[in-house]
Amino acid sequence: MTEQERGDLGREFRRMLGPGGPELGCDECFDQLDAYVELELSGVRADVAMPAMRAHLTGCSACRDDHDSLLAFVRTDPENGAGR
Amino acid sequence: MTAEQPGSAGTAAVAGPGDAASRAWVRRLSCSGADRDTAATELHALLLRAARFEIGRRRSAFPQLGGADLDDLAWQSANDALMSVLRRLGDFRGDSRFTTWAAKFAIVEAGVKVRKHAWRRREVLLPDASWPLVADIAPTPHQFAEAQDLLAAVREEVDRRLTAQQRQVFVALTLNNVPIDVLAERLNTTRGALYKTLHDARHRLRAALADRGMDTMGRAP
Repeated sequence: MTEQERGDLGREFRRMLGPGGPELGCDECFDQLDAYVELELSGVRADVAMPAMRAHLTGCSACRDDHDSLLAFVRTDPENGAGR
Repeated sequence: MTAEQPGSAGTAAVAGPGDAASRAWVRRLSCSGADRDTAATELHALLLRAARFEIGRRRSAFPQLGGADLDDLAWQSANDALMSVLRRLGDFRGDSRFTTWAAKFAIVEAGVKVRKHAWRRREVLLPDASWPLVADIAPTPHQFAEAQDLLAAVREEVDRRLTAQQRQVFVALTLNNVPIDVLAERLNTTRGALYKTLHDARHRLRAALADRGMDTMGRAP
């Protein structure tokens, strides 16, 4: 199996079985989501700075959707003072 | 989970957290009078943009929802988010800009509302799990054998190792793709509590697979 095939398959099972390792809960994720998004926008490796947050976003599709939307909104909203 | 979270509604100090613009938001929203009303109106406009943005991202997944329904959901989301932000103003720590912190409430509120609306007439606790087909998750011959073994092991361990509650939550969320907020509402619990149950179930399953000498790739660890 190639590395690509192994990676694809691993993603499928991680979706089912979760990321493993320490991760935040949904309430903690909500509390820290804005800070995480701004770290990402500033170019900092947010996944390295906040690994338990990254793990939760891998395991929880609802929080991942919230994250993706907030990141996209802050990045594009012209009146939000984003993109600085 | 909704955007509403338990917390205190303190009055932030004028020299409060965050950058100057964020402190100005908090100061204006904390005072009384016309400036506060103007700030609340400006904040509502931001929250409505965020809610519409979120609903716009999700609408393709819910083609049964009409434009009027969707905009009504956006307004409801913005209104609820405004109440949450004002109630939790004292929780703002300045870890991000105020506008990012506030927009989060509207994004989450709108996401929850649109998922609940889309699932309002659908059964969520189905008697059977929708197990993925090996061919769907392992399209190449090399992947197929490993996926077949691992999937069979997961199915056995779900029945063997999980409690009835863990099995119900695991099946609904990961196999039948029920949104966690929808399931939380039907089971009269919270997103956080359900995710804890899912986390514990996954932990048991990974441990069971490790006992078999498998990791989540089906290899010997």
